[in-house]
Amino acid sequence: MTGHLAPRPGFVLDVDRNSPPIVFHHGEGFRLEKLPAGRSRVIYPAEPLEGLPDPDGAIRHALLHPIGDSEPLPALLNPGMKLTIAFDDISLPLPPMRRPDIRQRVIEAVLDLAAEAGVDDVHLIAALAIHRRMTEDELRHAVGDRVYDAFAPDGRLYNHDAEDPEGMVVLGETPHGEDVQFSRRAAESDLVVYVNINLVAMDGGHKSTATGLSGYTGLRHHHNVHTMRNSRSFMDRENSALHASNWRMGKVIQDAGVKIFQIETTVNNDTFGRSGPLALLQKREWEWSTRDRMQFLGMKSGLEVMPTNAKRKIFSSWQAPYALTSVQAGEIEAVHEVTTVNVYKQHLVSVEGQTDVLTMGLPYICPYNVNSIMNPILVMCLGLGYFFNLYRGRPLVREGGVLIMSHPTPWEFNPVHHPSYIDFFEQVLADTTDPIEIERKYEKQFAEDEWYIHLYRNSYAYHGVHPFYMWYWGSHALEHLGRVIIVGGNPAAVRRMGFQSASTLQDALEMASDVVGPEPTITHIKNPPILMADVT
Amino acid sequence: MISESLSGRRIAITGSTGFLGTALVERLLRSAPDCQLVLIVRPGRRGAARRVERDILRNDAFDTLRDQLGTDGFTEMTNRRITAVAGDVTTDGLGLDPEGRAALASCDTVIHSAAAVSFDSPLDQAVEVNLLGPVRLVETLAELGVAPHLVAVSTCYVAGSRRGAAPEEPVDSSPFFVDVDWRTEVDAARRIRRETESASRTPERLVGFRSGARRELGAAGTPSLAAKTEQLRSRWVDDRMAESGVARASSLGFPDAYAYTKALGEIATAESKGDVPVSVVRPAIIESALAEPSPGWIRGFRMAEPVIISYARGLLKEFPGVPEGTIDVIPVDLVVAAICAVAARGPLRPDDGPDIVQVASSSVNPLRYGKLVDLVREWFTEHPIYDDLGQPIPVPQWSFPGRGRVKKQLQRAGSTLEYAQKVFDVLPVRGRQAEVGARLEEQRELVQRAEGYVDLYGAYAECEAVYGMDRLLALWESLSSEDQNSFCFDPRIIDWDIYAPEIHLPSVVKAGRVPMKPPARGGESRPARLRRQVLAPERHLAAFDLENTLIASNVVASYAWLGSRHLSGRDRVRFVARLVAEAPALLSLDRKDRSDFLRHFYRRYDGASVDQITTDAKEKFSELILAKSFPAAIRRVRMHRELGHRTLLITGALDFVVEPFRPLFDDIVCAELGVVDGSYDGQLTSVPPTGEARYQALVDHAEAHELDLRESVAYADSASDLPMLEAVGFPVAVNPETRLAGIARKRGWLVEDFQKSPGMNRSALPLAPRRTVGTSR
Repeated sequence: MTGHLAPRPGFVLDVDRNSPPIVFHHGEGFRLEKLPAGRSRVIYPAEPLEGLPDPDGAIRHALLHPIGDSEPLPALLNPGMKLTIAFDDISLPLPPMRRPDIRQRVIEAVLDLAAEAGVDDVHLIAALAIHRRMTEDELRHAVGDRVYDAFAPDGRLYNHDAEDPEGMVVLGETPHGEDVQFSRRAAESDLVVYVNINLVAMDGGHKSTATGLSGYTGLRHHHNVHTMRNSRSFMDRENSALHASNWRMGKVIQDAGVKIFQIETTVNNDTFGRSGPLALLQKREWEWSTRDRMQFLGMKSGLEVMPTNAKRKIFSSWQAPYALTSVQAGEIEAVHEVTTVNVYKQHLVSVEGQTDVLTMGLPYICPYNVNSIMNPILVMCLGLGYFFNLYRGRPLVREGGVLIMSHPTPWEFNPVHHPSYIDFFEQVLADTTDPIEIERKYEKQFAEDEWYIHLYRNSYAYHGVHPFYMWYWGSHALEHLGRVIIVGGNPAAVRRMGFQSASTLQDALEMASDVVGPEPTITHIKNPPILMADVT
Repeated sequence: MISESLSGRRIAITGSTGFLGTALVERLLRSAPDCQLVLIVRPGRRGAARRVERDILRNDAFDTLRDQLGTDGFTEMTNRRITAVAGDVTTDGLGLDPEGRAALASCDTVIHSAAAVSFDSPLDQAVEVNLLGPVRLVETLAELGVAPHLVAVSTCYVAGSRRGAAPEEPVDSSPFFVDVDWRTEVDAARRIRRETESASRTPERLVGFRSGARRELGAAGTPSLAAKTEQLRSRWVDDRMAESGVARASSLGFPDAYAYTKALGEIATAESKGDVPVSVVRPAIIESALAEPSPGWIRGFRMAEPVIISYARGLLKEFPGVPEGTIDVIPVDLVVAAICAVAARGPLRPDDGPDIVQVASSSVNPLRYGKLVDLVREWFTEHPIYDDLGQPIPVPQWSFPGRGRVKKQLQRAGSTLEYAQKVFDVLPVRGRQAEVGARLEEQRELVQRAEGYVDLYGAYAECEAVYGMDRLLALWESLSSEDQNSFCFDPRIIDWDIYAPEIHLPSVVKAGRVPMKPPARGGESRPARLRRQVLAPERHLAAFDLENTLIASNVVASYAWLGSRHLSGRDRVRFVARLVAEAPALLSLDRKDRSDFLRHFYRRYDGASVDQITTDAKEKFSELILAKSFPAAIRRVRMHRELGHRTLLITGALDFVVEPFRPLFDDIVCAELGVVDGSYDGQLTSVPPTGEARYQALVDHAEAHELDLRESVAYADSASDLPMLEAVGFPVAVNPETRLAGIARKRGWLVEDFQKSPGMNRSALPLAPRRTVGTSR
C-alpha cells in the first residue's frame, strides 16, 4: 500500500502510446479518456501528506505558542470580556470531512481556554458572508454536538446575517475608497477568534474576516469583474487583486480596534481515502491492479444506470478522511505566511510551459453545492473559476487557447439553495454572458432584491448577488480563453452560457482545433485531489 | 323603373339586422335615393337607434356608400332617411310604442324578413317567429287601420321534402301538403315547451344537471355550480325543443322546423291578412353576394359555411347526399333585387294568380351537389386550412353514402372519444397531460357538431325538389333593360365554376376566420401575445392561488410534514399509516366541497402548540414549500411587482404556512385557526377562501384598493377556482387539471406550464426529517 511509503510529490506524465486511459471526473460519474499520444500531458496531484499524530495536542500548542505579534490565547482572555468565535462555513472543506471536524477540535480547545479564563459572553458565528445559512445538521457536523447543544438553543451559535440592518456596521474606508462592512457583534467584541480550514491557497489571511463577516456593501469592492480579471491567479495571494483588497480592508478592521486571533489549519490530500470504494481515484492509472480496474468499471457502469438523485445522495454522503497537517495561530499575516507554505507543500506541482488546450474533469462538488445540486452556473464557476485559477505564474493554457471540461451540466437547480441562480440563468444569461455587461446591467437589482434577501435571511438561500460572483469568478478565464467546450453537457444549458457542448472528448478536440489549429498540445489537470500548477 | 317607383316611398323592414335584411337596407339606401326606411328592430339593451347604428350601418356592406358620401355625409343621409323603431315580432302588437305605431302606420310598403333561420331552433321559438311573426304583423296593420303592401320573405323549402317540381303556388294547394291547423300547432308547441320545462324540473333531472355541473367544474362553490346547473337545464330544454321541432317537421314531410313553421306561417298570413295585400318571396338557400354590395359579401356564419369549414378541417370525412341532386343556392343580391322588383311592382290583383315568386336556381341553372363538392375539394386542395402545428390539412374525398351510415360512423367516433375523455377526467393529471384531455374534449365536440350538421343539413343535401320560377321569370321579362341591368335577379347569369371558387369560398374562409397561412416564422405566438397582455404595465392586480400554482404541495402535505417532525420510529409509521388510510375519504371530500374539506382537515391541528408550529413552519418553508415551488411562478409574481401591479395571494392554506411568502405579496388572504391558551383549537376563524369566497375576497380587495378587475390577472390551477378566474379580465390557468384545461382552451385563456425545479427529490410522502432536540435560532 502506498500509504505506508513516503508520499510521492505531484507528477507530470507525458502521454505516449502505452499510457492507459485517464479517469475524468464527470459530475456524479466518471469518464475514461485516452489522450492523444505525443502531445498530451497529465498533471497528477501529490499523494496525501502524513497527518499530525496528535491533532488536539498540536492545536493546543498553536494556541499557546502564537506566531507573529500576538500573545498566547489565554493571555487575551479575561472574565467579563466579549468573545466571538467565527468559523468557516459549509463551503470548507470539500467534500465535508469525517467527524470530528477540525473546526470542532479547534473550537473546543478555544472554549476550554475561555472557560478556564472565566469568559461568559461567547458567541459562535458561521462566517458565511452571503453564502446560504447552514442547517442544524451542518452546524452540528462542523462544531460537534456538544458545542451545538451548549450554544445554539439560547442563540449564541448562529449563522452570520449580512442583511441584518442592526447586525452590520461599516468600520471605515480603505485608501482605495472601499467600504469595510463588518459584523456588529464581531466589531464590538474584545476579541475575535477566527477558525479556518485552509483547503486551498486562496483561503485564510485577512480574507477570513474581511470577507466572511462582511456583506454586499463590502464584498462588492473586490467581488467584481475588474478585481477578478486582475487576480492572476486568485490562488496566488501575491498576484491577486482580490487579496490585495482584503488586506487593505484587514488593515481598516485592525485600525478600528478589532482584535483578531487567527487560527489557520491545513489538511492533506486524502480526499477519497487510502482504501474504500473511491480510493482508486487517488491512484495513478498505470498502477491500477486488475481488481482496481474491475471495481472501477463496475462502479462506472453502475452509476451510468442510476437515477441522478440516487447518485447525488451517494456522493453527497461521502466524507473525506482528511488529516490535519498543520495548525498555526496568532497574528493574521504571520500565520497566513506559514499556512501558505504548508498548503503549497501538498498542492504545488511544477509544470513547464503552457499548452493550446487544457482539459479537466469536473467532480460532483464545488464550494456552493454541498448537499445540493451542481447547477450550470456552478459548473462554470468550478471550471473557469476554481480549476482554471489553480496556477501560480501563468495559466496552464495559452492565451486564446481552449478549455475542455467534462461534466453533465444538467439544467437543474436547487430552488431552496439557489433561487436567484434560476432567475440569473433564465433572465440574465438569456440576455448576455459578458461579465462586464452583466455587472453593469443586473447586479444591483439582484443584490438589493427584497425577496432574495428574505430567502437568504430566513431560508437557506445564497444571496441574490451570489450567482453574479460565480460568473465573475470565471471572468479572468473567459477573457483569457478562445473557446470553452463542455463534454457530455446538456446542450441547451451549455449553449445558454455561451459555451459549446461535445458528446465525446474526441469531438471536443476536433472542435478545439478550429480555434488553436490542428494537432494542439494538451494539458490535463487531474484534480481532485487538489493540485496547484506552478507554471514556468 | 324600379328605383323611380321606390323613391319617395316609406318602407318598413323587419329583420334588418339579418343577412338578407342588411343587404336590403343597403340596396334601398343606395339605389332608391328618396325612399324612407322604418327599421323595426329588437331594441336590446342599447335601444333601437343605437342597434341600427352598430349592428346594421357599421357592417362592411355599407363601405361603398360610406366611401361615396364620406363619413359625415353618410351619417347625415342615414339620419335623414332611417327611422329606427323598437319592436319584436314575437310580441303581440309587435311591442311598438305610440311613435313606433305611427311610424309603421305611415308606411306604404312593409318588407317582412325577420325569421328564426337557424335550422335547429327550438320548436316554440320557430313557431313564435316564423309562424306567428307575419300574423302579428298583419294584425297590427289591421289594428292601425292601414293596408300597405306586405312583401313577406319565406323559403322555397315550404314545399317540403319532395322530388320533382315545386311550383310557385300556395302551400296548401300542393297535393303533398298534409292539412294541419296552424292554431293547433301553435298551441302544441307552447304546450310542449311547458311540459319540457316541467320535465326539466323534476328532482331526478335537477340532481342530474347538478352532477353534470360538478363533473364539468369540480368543487367550484355553490354559486358557480348553481349557475352552471341552470345553464345545463335550460340548454337541455332547448335541445329537447329543437328535437321536437325536427320531429314534428319530419312527421309532416318538412326537412326541419324552419321550413315547417315558414310553411304554416304562409297559410296563417293568408288567413289573417284581411285587407293587407301580401306578396310572398321564397328564396332558396341564400349565400354570399354575386356582385352587390361587393362580390362575396356575406354576413354571419350561415348554413353551408360550418359544413364547408368542417370539411376543410378534415372533420367531415363523409357527408350524405345525392351527387346528381341539386343544391339550391342563390346569391343574396339576387334575392334583394327580386324583393325590390316585387315591392316596386306592388301587389298583384287577386285574379292574376297567387302572388308568390321563388328565387332559386335549380330549375334554370342547377348546381349539382356532386359538382359543388368537387369545386370545394379542388379549392381547399389548392388553399388548404392549416392546423395548430402549421401543417396544411388534406381534404377527404366523399363517397356519398346514405345518411344513416355517416351518422353511425360519427356516433362511433363520438362515443369512443367520450369514453376516452371520461377516463381522462378521473385521472389525476395536470398541465401538459391535462391538455391532452382538453384536446380530446375538443375533438369530441367537433364530432358532435359534425353529427349535428349531418342531422340538419343532410336533408337539404338529399333534397331533390326543383323549384319552379315561372312567375319570377315573368316578372324578369317585364322589366326594362335598365332595370334588368341594375336589379338583376336572373339566376341564369351565375357561372358556378366562377361563383364557388372565386367568390363564395374565399368569403367563407374569411368569415370563418380560419388559418389559411402557416403561422409566420418568428412571429409572436398566441401564448406570447397573451403573456404580453398579462404583463402589460397597465394591469392593476395579479391574484395568485397557492397550491399547484406557486407550489406543488397541498394542505395535507403541510400537515404531514409538521405532524411528523417530532415523531420517532413507531409513532411515525403509525402516523403515516393513518394518513394513507384516510386518503381516499379525504380526496373525495375535497372533490365535493373544498371548504368542508378544509374545515374537516384543519381539526387535526387541535391542541398543537402555536410556538412549536411557528418554529417548525419556518423550517417547513425551506424544506417542503420552497423545495416544491415553481421557480417560474415565483418569478412571475415578482415580475408583476416590478411592473407596479398589486399582488395578492388567495389560498385556503393556513396563515403560518403562507407567512414566509409575505414579501412577495401586497396582501395575503388565507385561512386562520383560533388560538386558546397558546394552542390552536382546530377551528377556522372565518370562511376559508375557496370557490365563491375566494371570488368575494378578490372583489373586496379590488374595491378596497380601487382596482379594476377587468384590468387584472388571476392565476389558478383548478376548475374550483373558476369564480376567481372569471372575475378578472386576464385569467391564467396554471398547470390546469383536465376540466380547467378544457375550459381554458375553449375560452382562449393563457395556459402556463410552471414546473418544479428539475433535479429535486421526489418523495412519495412529505415527512419531515426527524427532529427531537431544540432548533437553532
